Amino acid sequence: MSRRTETLLWVAQRASAAVLAVCVLAHLATIIYAVQSGLTGAEILARTRGNVAWFAFYTVFVLAVAVHAPIGLKAVLAEWLGWRGRARDFALIAFAVLLAGIGMQAVFGVFA
Amino acid sequence: MSRALALAHRLSGIALALFLPAHFYVLSRTLQLDAFLAWTEQPAVKLAEWGLVTLLALHLAGGLRVLALEFLPWRDWHKSLAAAAAGFAVAAGLAFALGAI
Repeated sequence: MSRRTETLLWVAQRASAAVLAVCVLAHLATIIYAVQSGLTGAEILARTRGNVAWFAFYTVFVLAVAVHAPIGLKAVLAEWLGWRGRARDFALIAFAVLLAGIGMQAVFGVFA
Repeated sequence: MSRALALAHRLSGIALALFLPAHFYVLSRTLQLDAFLAWTEQPAVKLAEWGLVTLLALHLAGGLRVLALEFLPWRDWHKSLAAAAAGFAVAAGLAFALGAI
């Protein structure tokens, strides 16, 4: 992997972390608020269905996660398992696509 | 403490990355949401949920610590930041547990 790509990934990791900090804080507050009265499917969908603000929020959240998690795993795979090179990079790109794909499916699922 | 938190940050990140595909999959199946929520009423699942919420808070706090150390002139604050991060994770876990029980 070129130095330029490494730098780009470092920046993407930090930028996505900054976005996720805001998203996770909001998510934690929502979780803690929502479990007070017990979770039901109807209660979750009443909050999210047709709500463009939640749709936009979760879209940003999912896409930031799809960037952040694979880059984080890249360091773990290299340092703890010694797995480097193209096969690892392809596996991580596949993981990013998987997260973005089923993540957006979930976002559409609770919105539509 | 800083070292332990760095390790906790990494381990919580791995756990969250492994959990996310399942989390997204369940949410994408909205018609089966109530059946799944009924399954989560089991004590062992509730405990796992508490663990995940605490890990999420821990990963957030650990990440904010990394960003603060890298981007702010707070080099001498290692220990205080680590303690604040651990404290935040415990507080979030407790808030969830009190609401969920």
